Amino acid sequence: MPESTRERGRVEASRGGSVRLEDVAVRFRTKKKDVTALRDVSLDVAEGEFVAIVGPSGCGKSTLLKLVAGLLKPSSGAVRLRGEPVTGPRHDIGYVFQRAALLEWRSARRNILLQAEMRRMPADRARARTAELIAMTGLTGFEDAYPHELSGGMQQRVALCRALLHEPPVLLMDEPFGALDALTREQLNVELNRIWRETRTTVLLVTHSIAEAAYLADRIVVMTDRPGTVAEVIDVGLPDERDYAVTMARPEFARATARIRDLLGAASAAD
Amino acid sequence: MVSQSTTPDVPVAGVAERGRPGAGERVREAAARSWRPVALLLACLVAWWAITAAKLIKAYLVPSPAKTLQVMADKAGYLWHHTWITTYETLLGFVIATIVGVLAAVLMVYSPAVERTLYPVLLFAQVIPKVAIAPLLVVWLGFGLAPKVVVAVLIAFFPVVISMVTGLKAVDPEMIQLSATMGAGPLQTFAKIRFPASLPHLFSGLKVAVTLAVTGAVVGEFVGANEGLGYVIQQANGNLDTPMLFAGLLVMSLIGVVLFVLVEFAEKLLLPWHASRRGTAVTTTY
Repeated sequence: MPESTRERGRVEASRGGSVRLEDVAVRFRTKKKDVTALRDVSLDVAEGEFVAIVGPSGCGKSTLLKLVAGLLKPSSGAVRLRGEPVTGPRHDIGYVFQRAALLEWRSARRNILLQAEMRRMPADRARARTAELIAMTGLTGFEDAYPHELSGGMQQRVALCRALLHEPPVLLMDEPFGALDALTREQLNVELNRIWRETRTTVLLVTHSIAEAAYLADRIVVMTDRPGTVAEVIDVGLPDERDYAVTMARPEFARATARIRDLLGAASAAD
Repeated sequence: MVSQSTTPDVPVAGVAERGRPGAGERVREAAARSWRPVALLLACLVAWWAITAAKLIKAYLVPSPAKTLQVMADKAGYLWHHTWITTYETLLGFVIATIVGVLAAVLMVYSPAVERTLYPVLLFAQVIPKVAIAPLLVVWLGFGLAPKVVVAVLIAFFPVVISMVTGLKAVDPEMIQLSATMGAGPLQTFAKIRFPASLPHLFSGLKVAVTLAVTGAVVGEFVGANEGLGYVIQQANGNLDTPMLFAGLLVMSLIGVVLFVLVEFAEKLLLPWHASRRGTAVTTTY
């Protein structure tokens, strides 16, 4: 797929944008054999862009996010984040996992503030930002609840707030809504769209849900089965502000989801 | 959008309802929970009394409950003195075992080389019967406090190390990765994530350790002492004074029970988030 043409104000960031992968491959060595998790992966994500990554289970989607975060080194190729090569764990990102990964002994608010404590952010700024995020994600009234008192959706909201506290230029989300029921998931999709528009952060979202990818993303990276590589990058072509029901009924949405289904179906049939 | 509730007393969707029982309800709950063990203990006491009352066993072999209690009352000062000695040795041994055990566990988890070196030694130290090395310790350290405390430490140390290592290793790896993306150093990650996350495991080990520490102290006293409950029992045994022997045994078990309950209380106090999740089961962690 050619470089996407951005219709709206978000400009291709200077020098290769926000996230850039060049010919990246990842090989794991296990006792019995070498496993290639990723090969020939090249990807360019512009600043402020929302990119969803879909693909069959075990195709290395999570590995890709870990590469960007610097939690994993590529076997070959280069990873750049905001123009700089990634050499170790990066601190200018926010990370959300499938499980909320909250500290059980901390209230929702103090779980969010963990980010500030680790970064030694000024306390008053952290407090203000936390309050802002709590309101933005609909956690008002739950600030002092402990994780075990919160539903899965609420826990994931707390994890999202924690990831956004330091206003990261890049947000990495690894199947963040995968463990939630369908209704909560829709609700959080709508909220994530709004949060993305309000914060203008670059988002990389790994998901299993084709609808979620098409509803949220500017572009969708469809990956093949292991060894994972990019099968196609789909331009969704929907406006930034997306009403859930209206978006679902739009031809662009239908086209994108149909194309993903085609690609994923082909990938699994070929194997 | 999610409906937002600002008044805390309005029940809000998403927060699990937490029951806040009143005082009366709490008493009823406690009674419902504890009548079975209390009934069993009473039944044992009645059986003990019946056997002695019917003279099925000679009185010098098994004294009656009344006789035993009589001895406890008559010799209260004597028993109290020796109980205090044993409790002191036990607590000292338990505290040292906890500190050394936690430190060893942290070293082992953070350094695979230390773990590979220490683990076999630890296991070796654990499988040596403590009763067998107690005489040696008395030879080395004399008849005072030291050998008893050392035996208590040796016996209580192992569960502390094992539970703490398990706890430190059981931390969610994603939590550690998250910590790395937050720019946290190893010390911060340890203090804010790893250590608190390992405490529930540690406490299950501490509960085992504290009961073992009593055994350790008494074993130390058996081998060579002129004080403590182990000494009391040895003396009573030599004089065929079974009422005193029984009294000593009762007090000794009481020490174990009281210390266990104290550790459990400390756990509830320090880890309310853990205790409230664990529910009402008596033993779920070990």
